[in-house]
Amino acid sequence: MKPINEVQSVMTPLNRKNVDTDQIISKEFLKRIERTGFGKYLFYHWRYQADGVVNKDFVLNDERFKESKILVAHENFGCGSSREHAPWAILDYGFQVVIAPSFADIFHNNCFKNGILPIRLNVNEIEELLSKGQSSPYSLTINLEQQTVKGDEGKTYSFDIDPYYKQMLLNGWDEISLTFQYEEHIANFEKQHA
Amino acid sequence: MAKTIIEKIWEQHIVYEEQGKPDLLYVDLHLLHEVTSPQAFEGLRLAGRKVRRPDLCFATMDHNVPTRNLPTINDPIAKKQITTLEKNCDEFGIQLADMQHPDQGIVHIIGPELGLTQPGKTIVCGDSHTSTHGAFGAIAFGIGTSEVEHVLSTQTLWQSKPKTMEIRINGKIGFGVTAKDIILAIIAKFGIDIGTGHIVEYTGDAIRALTMEERMTICNMSIEAGAKAGLISPDETTVAYLKGRRYVPEGDSFEEAAEKWLALATDEGAVYDTTLEIDADEIEPFVTWGTNPSMGSGISALVPSANDFTNESDKEALKNALAYMDLEEGMPLSSIAIQHVFIGSCTNARLSDLRSAAEVIAGQKVHPEVTAIVVPGSRTVKRQAEEEGLDKVFLDAGFEWRESGCSMCLAMNDDVVPAGERCASTSNRNFEGRQGAGSRTHLMSPAMAAAAAITGHFTDVREMKMAHV
Ligand code: SF4
Repeated sequence: MKPINEVQSVMTPLNRKNVDTDQIISKEFLKRIERTGFGKYLFYHWRYQADGVVNKDFVLNDERFKESKILVAHENFGCGSSREHAPWAILDYGFQVVIAPSFADIFHNNCFKNGILPIRLNVNEIEELLSKGQSSPYSLTINLEQQTVKGDEGKTYSFDIDPYYKQMLLNGWDEISLTFQYEEHIANFEKQHA
Repeated sequence: MAKTIIEKIWEQHIVYEEQGKPDLLYVDLHLLHEVTSPQAFEGLRLAGRKVRRPDLCFATMDHNVPTRNLPTINDPIAKKQITTLEKNCDEFGIQLADMQHPDQGIVHIIGPELGLTQPGKTIVCGDSHTSTHGAFGAIAFGIGTSEVEHVLSTQTLWQSKPKTMEIRINGKIGFGVTAKDIILAIIAKFGIDIGTGHIVEYTGDAIRALTMEERMTICNMSIEAGAKAGLISPDETTVAYLKGRRYVPEGDSFEEAAEKWLALATDEGAVYDTTLEIDADEIEPFVTWGTNPSMGSGISALVPSANDFTNESDKEALKNALAYMDLEEGMPLSSIAIQHVFIGSCTNARLSDLRSAAEVIAGQKVHPEVTAIVVPGSRTVKRQAEEEGLDKVFLDAGFEWRESGCSMCLAMNDDVVPAGERCASTSNRNFEGRQGAGSRTHLMSPAMAAAAAITGHFTDVREMKMAHV
């Protein structure tokens, strides 16, 4: 997993709540047995009309956000299915940070396993970001070490993050290797419960 | 100190704990299926790791298997996923109920059926509806593929202790009201993310009165309220269901196990972080009208109007949902016509669900504008239903009778609702495109779906039932 600390880019405003993982990556793209290559299918049915024509109104099709690494959305982002294909698609598309007032648990967990930083800001802060980001391209600088989101004109928001997961992202740790250091505890547990 | 069942099971499974870190939790049962496991096995291979406890894993094929013309599977990519699972189970020594196996079925239906699901266990699966198994008093939750890989190699997971929530359902449900209506009413009343960060215990007289199959329907949809898991304390109903199942201990060991199971129940006076209550007698047969499971109402209600909401983002969500669903504000739910009926999924495709639908349709005909299918949740359910002659009841009425699998619940196989058409579905998610791009899903109980199949529009099943007597 790639470590992550500072990310700077224009933000993509996705003004929706309860964005579910079926929307993030639709089931017709879940049949691949690889972890890569899902980016082109991200938000597929919002990006394309039924006849395959690009939906000009959808924010991902707005040229101004093409290079964006930061997605900003409303409450309960990533609800529904546990499919890790959702964060794989987000990462493969080029987003490294998702900012929302709240995330569904499994999606939130899945982000950390893939080097995506999920940031919670309060609803008012999100409203503020979305309205700025929708009226004109708005750049953000994220610093995980300092736990800050800094806007173009210097406005700074700070966020909380679990210290364990923060270290994991900063260092790009492979969790399984870490857990192997507790192998003795696992073996003991198994002996006691055999 | 008085403890909830959630705390008891959690504490019994801590392998390692340290301040400032999540707990390292032991996993008793790991269920696997074809869609969320290939990348995990590939990860093991790349790192040269093995499966620590293949004996605690059990795999099946359900998400993309065809429900007709078995064993032919036409989609080459789906087929690759199926053969990949076969190869992986073979290579790593994991038991597999493959497409032809008599035990095959939806992963959350066969776990309980085989007795793999037991009270007090920690159970995980790369699938969000793993919460189903909580009906037995287990902590069961869905995980992502990286976590599947982690469990395969270590049989553990790092987990921060969730908060506890009690949802108490008081009183008695009325005539024609089912477990599905209870859970849909709970989600509609409290919201789609009320359970985030929590494990929910369902309590109260209405829950105690439910059969195990009904309890599974409730726990199944805990994730639709955002909960990490949902469970119900074991009681005599739980014990009676498990007795004699294949993976459950026998004889004296069973008695011993049963005693331990019953002792897991939440202690009198235990405190939850949150308690919510709902009265069973205020619950009507339910239908969803929107694009997430909280957007539903009792059958006698109208589709809501923007004026019913104060918050701008709720108004916006209603507008988006009704545009997608092609519904008007304020129209009666009972006026909505459908073209498809799907009776199936891990929520409502057990034997009692099929019985309840069959009871409604017996001797009647599916409406000429409606295509209706029944997809039993497992091979076992299918066999049992056929022994009772339920297949005949469905076929005579004009339903199709299929092989088991997830099928139209997520439409990864050929069972797809065409764009712009409407389906009365006993599944658990009405997200945009869930049953096929552009499809419109309405969630309800098997009895309500059966009633809609006959009349061609949403119908209060209580009226139909009354007409029978
Ligand atoms: S039936 Fe539907 S919800 Fe249940 S496991 Fe299958 S796809 Fe998931």
